[in-house]
Amino acid sequence: MNALASVTDNPVADFSDTPWWLSLIKALMLFVFLLLNTLLVIWFERRVIGRMQQRPGPNRTGPFGLLQTLADGVKLALKEDIVPKNADKLMFWLAPAIAGAMAFVSFAIIPLSNEVWMFGHRTPLQLTDTPVATLLVLAVAGVGVYGIVLAGWSSGSTYPLLGGLRSSAQVISYEIAMGLSLVAVFLYSGSMSTSQVVTSQKSLWHVLPMFFSFIVYVITMVGETNRLPFDLAEGEGELTGGFHTEYSSLKFAMFFLGEYVNMFTVSALATTLFLGGWQAPPGFAALGMNGGWWGLLWFFIKLWMFMFFFVWLRGSLPRVRYDQFMRLGWKVLIPLTLAWVVAVAFMRAANNGFLGNGQISLGFTDIRRSLLLVIAAVIIVVFAAAWAFDVRRSRAEAEKAPRQPEEIDPFAGGHPVPPMPGQRLRESRPALTGARTTTDPEEPRG
Amino acid sequence: MTNYSYGPLLFFAAIGLGFAAFSVVAGALAGPKRYNRAKADAYECGIQPSPHAEGGGRVPIKYYLTAMLFIVFDIESVFLYPFAVAFDRMGLFALIEMVLFILTVFVAYAYVWRRGGLEWD
Repeated sequence: MNALASVTDNPVADFSDTPWWLSLIKALMLFVFLLLNTLLVIWFERRVIGRMQQRPGPNRTGPFGLLQTLADGVKLALKEDIVPKNADKLMFWLAPAIAGAMAFVSFAIIPLSNEVWMFGHRTPLQLTDTPVATLLVLAVAGVGVYGIVLAGWSSGSTYPLLGGLRSSAQVISYEIAMGLSLVAVFLYSGSMSTSQVVTSQKSLWHVLPMFFSFIVYVITMVGETNRLPFDLAEGEGELTGGFHTEYSSLKFAMFFLGEYVNMFTVSALATTLFLGGWQAPPGFAALGMNGGWWGLLWFFIKLWMFMFFFVWLRGSLPRVRYDQFMRLGWKVLIPLTLAWVVAVAFMRAANNGFLGNGQISLGFTDIRRSLLLVIAAVIIVVFAAAWAFDVRRSRAEAEKAPRQPEEIDPFAGGHPVPPMPGQRLRESRPALTGARTTTDPEEPRG
Repeated sequence: MTNYSYGPLLFFAAIGLGFAAFSVVAGALAGPKRYNRAKADAYECGIQPSPHAEGGGRVPIKYYLTAMLFIVFDIESVFLYPFAVAFDRMGLFALIEMVLFILTVFVAYAYVWRRGGLEWD
């Protein structure tokens, strides 16, 4: 029990030299950082998509069209704010405020870098950190769903209701797989505090030992943010605009802003949990380009790699069908992630020596016997599962495929049909010797 | 001694909420207002809007089922977090406990799958 008393999962980041006014300044700076990034990424997305579709994209407003998003925002602000007469007025106003505000909150726990000097104080480049920081992100995402549900419900219209329901079902379904994929990260870092997770990746980024978790996280983060190919909530062909069909003016802009800030949040979380956060890529750390203000640069580069990934997906993939999307989430991602969590737990236990301490020499390094056994067991289970899957699938396909007759009559349907591969032609009856059938009499005319 | 606090989080949430509330109100004040009966109707691509039942209407039962399943699995992952964080300190006991727990939930999952609870037609 003594071991339990010494808590080690507290944040590494030290906020003891951060007075309250500095926190306020950092909060404002972070807010402006996010707003500017959002303005930039919308321009970036339109330009990149434009290039992918062999057109220039917005290039008139400001240098390289950089002010396009700002101009769009001003235009939206000067548009009429329509409240439909069927709408539930209070909720109709509340929903965009929730969606816009909640998107920002989770960014508070993202470490942009470690300690820097700021106004004479040594403070981490992170607004705050708590022992349950990552859990807080998931909780805030859960509150953010209220914005979508309420927007759809309060509009008093059919399309928004359907879009809101779809969108919330989609977000909560993928939140499960996302939450489960993070368990492996916590197993390795022994903490949910973001600064602790980054510190635990000092020698090896989590993306390598936990590649499968990373893939699942990347898929679920696209599903979470309602982005293509998973933007089923606003499938224009079926639901017009989805949950924000009835919204106009700055209320609509709030949903738009929320979507993009959410993209930044999930990308920042992926950077923090899997790609080493603010840590320099291998090689640069030796040059002294690690931590401090350099950390911000590396963080920024990693963050924007994910943003490019989002845009790239949108430029290349068509929208999936809703039942396919839900099947992927519930029947593929969740069971696979659960199995992965169990496998990682066993490997971790073997590595810690919980399953016996016998060592085996591999020539260059010593390794625990139990770890080898666990890895072998995992590989065997994976191959067995793949084999069983293949057998079932080929059996199902064989049942589904219609049995081809060995021999066909090319004129059976009244017109000549070529044989399929492997089929023989039956000798047809001579065409001119009264082969007319009596089973198909001509309709009397008139 | 704790070296962190939840205070800055509240600052940040307040800034976000203030900005969102300001935008929503400002949008309503800045824009023009020209009343038009068709404009205030529900939008359905220009056709006569379909009658929409009071209070949002009825919702397919599938969504209810999804929400219930979400609660089951969300609680599962919330239980897995402390296990993962304290894993190195708790030893073999934690491993056995959690494998048993995951298996128990997996039985429910298999049941839902067999009964067609995960199908979307």
